[in-house]
Amino acid sequence: MLKTFFRDKDRYLSIILISPSILAVLIFVYVFIGWSVRVSLSKWKGITADYTWNGLDNYIQLFSDQRFHVDVRNTLIFTGVFVIGSIVLGFLLAVMLDQGLKGEGFFRSLFLFPMAISYIVTGVVWRWLMNPAEGVRTSGFNLLFSYLHLDFLQNAWHTTPNWGMAAIALAAIWQMSGYTMALYLAGLRSIPGELREAAQIDGANELQIYRYIILPLLSPVTLSALIILGHMSLKVFDLIIAIAGKQYPLDVPAIYMWQTTFDGLFYGRGAAIGILLLISVAVLIIPYIRYTLKTEVRQ
Amino acid sequence: MSKKLYALLAVLLIAATVLTACGGGAPAGGSKVEVFSWWTGGGEAAGLEAMIKVFNAEYAGVEFVNAAVAGGAGTNARAVLASRLQAGDPPDSWQGHAGQELIGTYVAGKQIEPLNDLYEAEGWLSVMPQTLIPLISQDGNIYSVPVNIHRANVLWYNPGILTANNVAVPTTVDEWIAAMETLQAAGVQPLALGEQWTKMHLLETVLLGTLGADKYNGLWDGSTDWGSAEVTAALDNFVTIMGFANTDSASLSWQDASQLVINGDAAFNVMGDWAEGYFRELGKTPNTDYGWAPVPGSVGVFQFLSDSFVLAVGAPDPEAATDWLKVAGSKAGQEAFNPVKGSICARTDCDKTLFGVYLQSAMDDWSNNIVVGSLTHGVVANDSWKSEIDTALGAFIADLNVSAFQSALVAACQNSGPCQ
Repeated sequence: MLKTFFRDKDRYLSIILISPSILAVLIFVYVFIGWSVRVSLSKWKGITADYTWNGLDNYIQLFSDQRFHVDVRNTLIFTGVFVIGSIVLGFLLAVMLDQGLKGEGFFRSLFLFPMAISYIVTGVVWRWLMNPAEGVRTSGFNLLFSYLHLDFLQNAWHTTPNWGMAAIALAAIWQMSGYTMALYLAGLRSIPGELREAAQIDGANELQIYRYIILPLLSPVTLSALIILGHMSLKVFDLIIAIAGKQYPLDVPAIYMWQTTFDGLFYGRGAAIGILLLISVAVLIIPYIRYTLKTEVRQ
Repeated sequence: MSKKLYALLAVLLIAATVLTACGGGAPAGGSKVEVFSWWTGGGEAAGLEAMIKVFNAEYAGVEFVNAAVAGGAGTNARAVLASRLQAGDPPDSWQGHAGQELIGTYVAGKQIEPLNDLYEAEGWLSVMPQTLIPLISQDGNIYSVPVNIHRANVLWYNPGILTANNVAVPTTVDEWIAAMETLQAAGVQPLALGEQWTKMHLLETVLLGTLGADKYNGLWDGSTDWGSAEVTAALDNFVTIMGFANTDSASLSWQDASQLVINGDAAFNVMGDWAEGYFRELGKTPNTDYGWAPVPGSVGVFQFLSDSFVLAVGAPDPEAATDWLKVAGSKAGQEAFNPVKGSICARTDCDKTLFGVYLQSAMDDWSNNIVVGSLTHGVVANDSWKSEIDTALGAFIADLNVSAFQSALVAACQNSGPCQ
């Protein structure tokens, strides 16, 4: 059945079959990207569309906009803490599970489960866990620390001046490190045991095996994890909204875009932020897609 | 055989897509009115239902279509409404905060009709406060029918804490600051504050309390200079007052913050009078568990906000839409809606016995106070202006730099307000 389907003279059928989705992608992705670019070059402010040409003014204003600077800084903090945290933690979990311990399946699922939860749920829970209240109203982690006599660990979490984003990233690490673990675990399992044995025979200790054999062999996995986590952190929105709401110290480009467009009716500026976000994600993703496509073709 | 099967599948798939796209058009018959709102839960939805009942009784021939959109305190609904208006498919009438939130957005876009004739025909001008009308008008045209009134400048306090510390309810900003100093010295948390928008709410009441009603109104029509020394003084007061607030304010919702007062964890909280509905829901008793007063400095002034309904330009059924507005502005309609929602009537002739102790006192003030509008809740500034003030406020909360904040406020008024 499949053979007849893929024969050349039936190709028209496959084109008909995929044409609705191609059309939908064309219209709802590419046409709308084009439209957003056009809006970002306009003076549109207010509820009625206004396509008066404004050149790159919206972009230029953003680059001198104090709030956008805060956004970029927050995104960098979030990305740094989240990506590095998830990769390190994910790798360690994977190495642990790879030691052939009892109940591996149980722990694997346990570490993976957070990924199945939506950011909103994570946010609501972590909002409570990271409650910065003091005195009798102390709760969440801070209360736990006080029970454990670890009071020095108590802190203001996401309300810490300047570094609050790092606390938000903690929640994201909790959610995504299981996923990174799964990536690494698959990578570790694909490394043939002979390589380790050969290294052992050559006199390498365990640390050296990881440093010179395992880690280099896992670099494609690290790259994938870096790209996937990196582009997620550029677009982060729901987690912050669930934990902290719309507040300036925890502002990121996606929240600014949403607020300025729908609360403030600055459509031109909102579109400009959207396009900048698109570009930053594309810079990260496109080389990676090209790389994977190439390697897949080679295989 | 298999080829036919796939061809059939393809045709079915395309047909299904096309049919779904075309579906949904119910046959129209008789007149109907589509009313758009974000009243989908709690007292608001129940109040709307009560008002719809009044409407159905009076206009039996008109079908009422409740096009409410849930979520985000109206943010989602407003986005949906914006896309419908851009597509030229307006509902007959929609909900909006009375004042510049409606006027700045929809009058500028020529999307709502003036309602002066309706106000005259229904005699509303004589039953609503005179100082209210200019706040819901532009160039002499009235643009919406307010259904309910909430008060923004309310200072909630814990009577037990004040008595225990011999602190009288303050009536001026200076008294307030002195009272909070006393409380702080006694180890009491003087002020409960929540996330960013509740700080904007506090800011507008401190501006009002420091500047007084006339100069406060002047901020919004351009006659009070945002860069003036008086505004600096108000902002200095704001910084001082915020200094008495809980350190975890950024992580508290307005409910959390106002609850600190009734739980005895804080002495004062500034919040709109929907907080009273929340206190009652928690089973608290007015004047025992919580007391109220106008925010210090604003005695005799009623800083209001209101949900109101408009008439769409190009409404599919303008006559039915007008019928709806008549109900929304009528005594029967407002008496049905407000006791359920926990707000007072925009009319001053509603039956007081329908309301609780707090709301009765608010009704008295509504009928004899000077009425000014709220910033946070859309009366005095258009959306763009408000969002610029919000951004400036956010930066200010982080660095507490008064002069930078004030110049940002001046710039906001120039960019999106009446200051040129």
